[in-house]
Amino acid sequence: MSELTTTDAAELGRLLTAGEVSSADLTRAYLDRIAADDDAIGAYLHVDAEAALRSAEQVDAARADGGVLGPLAGIPLALKDVVVTEGVPTTSGSKILEGWRPPYDATLAARLKNAGTVLLGKTNMDEFAMGSSTENSAYRVTRNPWDHDRIPGGSSGGSSAAVAGGLAPWAIGTDTGGSIRQPAAVTGLVGHKPTYGSVSRFGLIAFSSSLDQAGPMARTVLDAALLHEAIAGHDPLDSTSINAPVPVLAESARRGAEGDLAGLRVGVVTELGGDGHTEGYEAGVLARFAETVALLESLGAEVRPVSCPAFDLALPAYYLIAPSEASSNLARFDGVRYGLRVGDDGDRDLDEVMALTREQGFGPEVKRRIILGTYALSSGYYDAYYGQAQKVRTLITRDFTTAWEDVDVLVSPTSPTVAWPVGARVDDPIAMYAADLCTLPASLAGIPAISVPCGLSDGLPVGFQVMAPALADDRCYQVAAALEAAQDAARGSRFLDQLPVRSAA
Amino acid sequence: MSTPSRKDRLTRDEVAHLAHLSRLAVTEEELDLFAGQLGAVLDAVAQVGKAEVADVQPTTHAVPMTNVFREDVARPSLPRDVVLAGAPAAEDGRIRVPRILGEEA
Repeated sequence: MSELTTTDAAELGRLLTAGEVSSADLTRAYLDRIAADDDAIGAYLHVDAEAALRSAEQVDAARADGGVLGPLAGIPLALKDVVVTEGVPTTSGSKILEGWRPPYDATLAARLKNAGTVLLGKTNMDEFAMGSSTENSAYRVTRNPWDHDRIPGGSSGGSSAAVAGGLAPWAIGTDTGGSIRQPAAVTGLVGHKPTYGSVSRFGLIAFSSSLDQAGPMARTVLDAALLHEAIAGHDPLDSTSINAPVPVLAESARRGAEGDLAGLRVGVVTELGGDGHTEGYEAGVLARFAETVALLESLGAEVRPVSCPAFDLALPAYYLIAPSEASSNLARFDGVRYGLRVGDDGDRDLDEVMALTREQGFGPEVKRRIILGTYALSSGYYDAYYGQAQKVRTLITRDFTTAWEDVDVLVSPTSPTVAWPVGARVDDPIAMYAADLCTLPASLAGIPAISVPCGLSDGLPVGFQVMAPALADDRCYQVAAALEAAQDAARGSRFLDQLPVRSAA
Repeated sequence: MSTPSRKDRLTRDEVAHLAHLSRLAVTEEELDLFAGQLGAVLDAVAQVGKAEVADVQPTTHAVPMTNVFREDVARPSLPRDVVLAGAPAAEDGRIRVPRILGEEA
């Protein structure tokens, strides 16, 4: 059955529809892999095998009854633990929510449930999605399937490790400053951050509300597009949800895979690893990136350098805006309505109980960001920090707007380095934050961006980022699919097929 | 807008004050650790002061939308027993909370 756990989700959908495999057998194959490997990988925080098999059997029964099922029906799935799931423990990687079973489903969880997908479990993450290595999880360390001594990226590192390690066919992640794209890059997956507002945030435990966006993490570009289509679209429960038709993504991926990019205008962002901006970038990452830009040219694209000067300030602007919004969002964890309560002995008043609860329930990075955000928003510092950061955000958006006059997409490395050793950056927040250098501009501007594998450096995956104008997510998929198809053809196999070979070596 | 001048790094007392505002009962060890780390982070983020922002409007949100309304119709709430089951303490069909006023106001 191990073949099933390396098969693309699109192909699994075909096998299920054709009756060549049952959802129960498929789900069991994944549960077996989880039972065998997750002690070592640490991808999941919660797995309910019985519930998974039960929903798989329901799909099989509906199919046997001749019911008309959607293309995703019966395909297993993993959700990042930031996604609220009715009756299923949801922690956002934090002790403050340990044991909480939400009374409702996030919109995207409900859509995937209605599509007949089978929930395998909830994946590990940096606490409240704050981090780039998943080491800020209050629960466990997650390891990179390519090298167990290295991090799987973050904050969606449980999702990346699960999919790359064959413990889920695909997964949902969330991206605030790069938390889908960077873990996808360092584990050899495709990860897409949708246009802000195009996937509902209702039921995602909020970190930074003006930036948070959920999206797909998958083994292939087509799989990512299919999963994205299943969760996208207007939701009246999210007041920032865009009321516009969902772009045609899977079709764009299929068209892109035909490999013709003639006429496509590609801008290479100078400030993200280009001339004079290579500090902190590994040589292997820059080499794979340059080769991939050349590949785009060979597929017919017109490539030119594009300078976006304000991108140099994306990192400081982000690390003011996101902590500021977080300090406000995380005020809801007050020990009153749900989750942990500490020190409620009848003598202490609410303020004391609240402070003790939050002290015990939050980990160090969350506390750091709450304190930083409180500082940046405080009287006397607001204009210089938070207000100034919001103006830098405007400048970054202007750089993108100017770029779109001359190019259709912008490209860069997804992250400056490959996966680093577990523990290497835990005591140095600034070094940890640098992992987001290339992903932050698209986050701040709210535009779509995809990471697609573009080769190995020292035997570890490197990601290539494609950014497009707002609502032009289809362009990301088209270009990524063209690159994926050309690289697969040259290699004679899919990117992830290199993983077992390497692990065995 | 210029970079705020910082004579020295964030002091322990400042961190303690911010932690109190944030309702975090931080330990002495954390105060030492955070004062150092946050000082380094503040030095890094203060770089935003370099930007020329005369006449630049702040961006609060990537999607320009204001006043999104829904129909003013009643919808079912979450079931009370389910919500109370998730609360840290419940009594008489309500969430029980610590007192909010001191003995002597």
